[in-house]
Amino acid sequence: MEKEQDKILNEVTSGEYKYGFYTDIDNESIPKGLSEDVIRVISAKKEEPEWMLEFRLKAYEAWKKKKMPEWAHLKIPEINYQDIVYYSAPRQKAKLDSLDEVDPELLETFEKLGIPLEEQKRLTGVAVDAVMDSVSVKTTFQENLAEMGIIFCSFSEAVREHPDLVKKYMGSVVPYTDNYFAALNSAVFSDGSFCYIPKGVKCPMELSTYFRINAANTGQFERTLIVAEDDSYVSYLEGCTAPQRDENQLHAAIVEIVAEKNAEVKYSTVQNWYPGNKEGKGGVYNFVTKRGICRGDNAKISWAQVETGSAITWKYPSCILKGDNSSGEFYSVAVTNNHQQADTGTKMMHIGKNTRSIIVSKGISAGLSQNSYRGLVKVLKNASNARNFSQCDSLLLGDKCGAHTFPYVEVGNQTSVVEHEATTSKIGEDQIFYCNQRGISTEDAIGLIVNGYAKEVLNKLPMEFAVEAQKLLQISLEGSVG
Amino acid sequence: MSKREETIQHFSGLFKENSSRIEKGSSGLINSFRKEAMDQFRELGIPDRKNEAYKYINLDPWFNTKYKSYFVPEEADFMAASDFRCEVVELESYNKILLNGFSPKDNGTIEGLPEGIWVGSLAEASERFPDIVEKHYARYARNGKDGLIPLNTALASDGMFVHVKKGVSLSKPIQVINLVHSDTDMFVQHRNLIVVEDNAELPMIVCDHALSPQKFLTNAVTEIYVGENARLDMLRVQNEHNNAAKLTHTFIHQERNSNAVSNNITLHGGMVRNSTYHRLNGEGAECNAYGLYLADRWQHVDNFVSIDHAYPNCLSNQLFKGVLDDYATGAFNGRILVNEGAQKTLAYQKNNNILLTDDARMDTKPQLEIYADDVKCSHGATVGQLDEEAMFYLKSRGINKTEARLMLMFGFAHEVIANIKTEALRQRIDELVLQRLRGELSRCANCSLDCDK
Repeated sequence: MEKEQDKILNEVTSGEYKYGFYTDIDNESIPKGLSEDVIRVISAKKEEPEWMLEFRLKAYEAWKKKKMPEWAHLKIPEINYQDIVYYSAPRQKAKLDSLDEVDPELLETFEKLGIPLEEQKRLTGVAVDAVMDSVSVKTTFQENLAEMGIIFCSFSEAVREHPDLVKKYMGSVVPYTDNYFAALNSAVFSDGSFCYIPKGVKCPMELSTYFRINAANTGQFERTLIVAEDDSYVSYLEGCTAPQRDENQLHAAIVEIVAEKNAEVKYSTVQNWYPGNKEGKGGVYNFVTKRGICRGDNAKISWAQVETGSAITWKYPSCILKGDNSSGEFYSVAVTNNHQQADTGTKMMHIGKNTRSIIVSKGISAGLSQNSYRGLVKVLKNASNARNFSQCDSLLLGDKCGAHTFPYVEVGNQTSVVEHEATTSKIGEDQIFYCNQRGISTEDAIGLIVNGYAKEVLNKLPMEFAVEAQKLLQISLEGSVG
Repeated sequence: MSKREETIQHFSGLFKENSSRIEKGSSGLINSFRKEAMDQFRELGIPDRKNEAYKYINLDPWFNTKYKSYFVPEEADFMAASDFRCEVVELESYNKILLNGFSPKDNGTIEGLPEGIWVGSLAEASERFPDIVEKHYARYARNGKDGLIPLNTALASDGMFVHVKKGVSLSKPIQVINLVHSDTDMFVQHRNLIVVEDNAELPMIVCDHALSPQKFLTNAVTEIYVGENARLDMLRVQNEHNNAAKLTHTFIHQERNSNAVSNNITLHGGMVRNSTYHRLNGEGAECNAYGLYLADRWQHVDNFVSIDHAYPNCLSNQLFKGVLDDYATGAFNGRILVNEGAQKTLAYQKNNNILLTDDARMDTKPQLEIYADDVKCSHGATVGQLDEEAMFYLKSRGINKTEARLMLMFGFAHEVIANIKTEALRQRIDELVLQRLRGELSRCANCSLDCDK
């Protein structure tokens, strides 16, 4: 019985990464290495204004003074920052007006990824900004959104077209001095998405960014900035994949969200970077700083993430609850298999009165992987009636993996209530037996149980994402229950 | 020179100047560990906030003070100290006094103590029972990141030694009355070793008291060995004044099928830090770690617990509760480590806290680190206030607000106290806690020391 389970598990876990293809597109890259000159080159290539270059250089100075953080429960091989290409763009004509002008190879890539890039697929109702090797390739539905006053474009376009907004909000949530990777990103970021929802506008469709690293030895450093003015609403999706390579690739991104009074922002991620092969070779190092601030009263920011990829994940989407009655949510499923390592969680800073936050984190570890939850809930002195509930569950599939929980709770207000609970367990033999008895194979039973376990989080994802996430869960765990 | 280096220099200077004095009282065996420990301390220094385990505690004000005395002459005034009577009046126990970290050298005798048990000075014991001391001394107190432990190994001269022979058990607990008394500010370091051999049983109580209002800093390391099928029940009651700091490091090493209980009740103290380590080093071992802390004014109470599940089929349970008033701060840092292969582990951890003012603060950090799959582990932590519904229930039955509040807080604290097995002691602790919650703890209300003023 045990053996058969193992066999099935092996078969299931050996499911290959299906996004591992590489597209042969003519790339325009700069030489490897990082220096002030490289930053100047990047800035010049993007035809940036002077203030942007200054920002980059200041960030570079800050980065040089910082050290690689070591507190995470991760074994990070030394990264040679001089061995990375900091700018690589699909070569294309200066400006694209219609889809026909986009490189057909590129379109094919996105086709393979299942991104509804073409506008005919309007029915899906998703506006996509696709970023390939750091450069935004095509943004769909731009005109439709513009009619409502919504700005949804690539970051470089925003720098050109809406410098005031970018100047006002960039770095206001994640300053370039924030941490090592935020400083690195601020210095060398190449592109990303910018989204602005004006006062009182409810964005009628989900906005989406798709990130893909294509070229070899390239780091991807994108930046996303979402600003939701008073009484507005937006739901934002992010997906990512990378080709299968033996070398490791670096991804260091920043996401900033600003939610003003009564605004609501939902940010959903399905992260599926290449996790490396079964021996732990290759894979993406994913170091991401994501943070949102509820600046006005009654604002709400909600993070939902499904993390299945990356060799190393270092990611803590956080909420600063500054406005009174504002609320933050964090829903996460993190799956690690083979040699993957993940250290992920959230930070909830309660500053305003009556602020509320909820954290639901589900970790699943299999193979030889290490999966950690690390979170901070901090209630400041004046945050009266703050309320937090955190739940972190870990599921262990196999006896060689690890599941860890590192919650930090810091409370300085007597009227607040903070609760944290965590459990760790494995799939019970009785549960599998129950399913087997009813004619469900062990493999399906595992899928069923894992999906049930993650349901609470998957329910928070927009529909088409939830379907993808469910499939991903199954693929990531194939063959891992024993 | 940075502050950190200054402190390291200070202690290594003290060590050099006084080495003959420190070594005189101890056996060659204990002295043989000193040099290496001092080297280790020089590397680690006094832990600061960058050290994860000391993130929420600031030791600087205590370590930057220059204390007048560090090494008390052996001939301390045990006679005067023996007049001190612990508040637990009706408790029947075998008493032994530890004054400023020194124990009288009286060949480990206590009147009426059954055969097979020796309780007395570690320095004396290391001469009398070199085999036992050599087998256990400095074997369990290991934490590569905490400089306070090698500091103790390097500087401690004496402490309590308890040895319970195979199969021996006690009907009454052994009570160690741990006193500090001095005319000048004092830094005390003592080292305890407790060996409970296979199938033996040891109930033990340690009471910490400060007899004079001077500034005291205690850095104590206790190593406990619990043999196969042996049982240990260790209760520590801390009741010092606001000018006293207490740092305790207790390492409990448990063999197969052993059972150990550690319970730290902190009623009073300027700064208290209890680090408790349980290592479950054999199948079927079981441990319970409890703690209760009631802090007010500017006090800080910090509990650090580390449970190391090294073998399969072990059980661990942690329960820590605290009430924080005024400007008091509290911290809880609990870690469960389930090693590879420690299957069928059951590990539970709970930390509940009540904040009574907006200036009080609680930081809690329950951690799980799990490397085996067939385990059941859970932890929970809460910070909040008294249940409003419960308050309403009591008030609607004619109990006034103050009394209702007191009842609820007492009920909250009693969950920890309920685990004390000796009834007289349990009742007495209940009383002390009740007084403490009323804000009239006997120690400070009736005390003539006026140390706060």
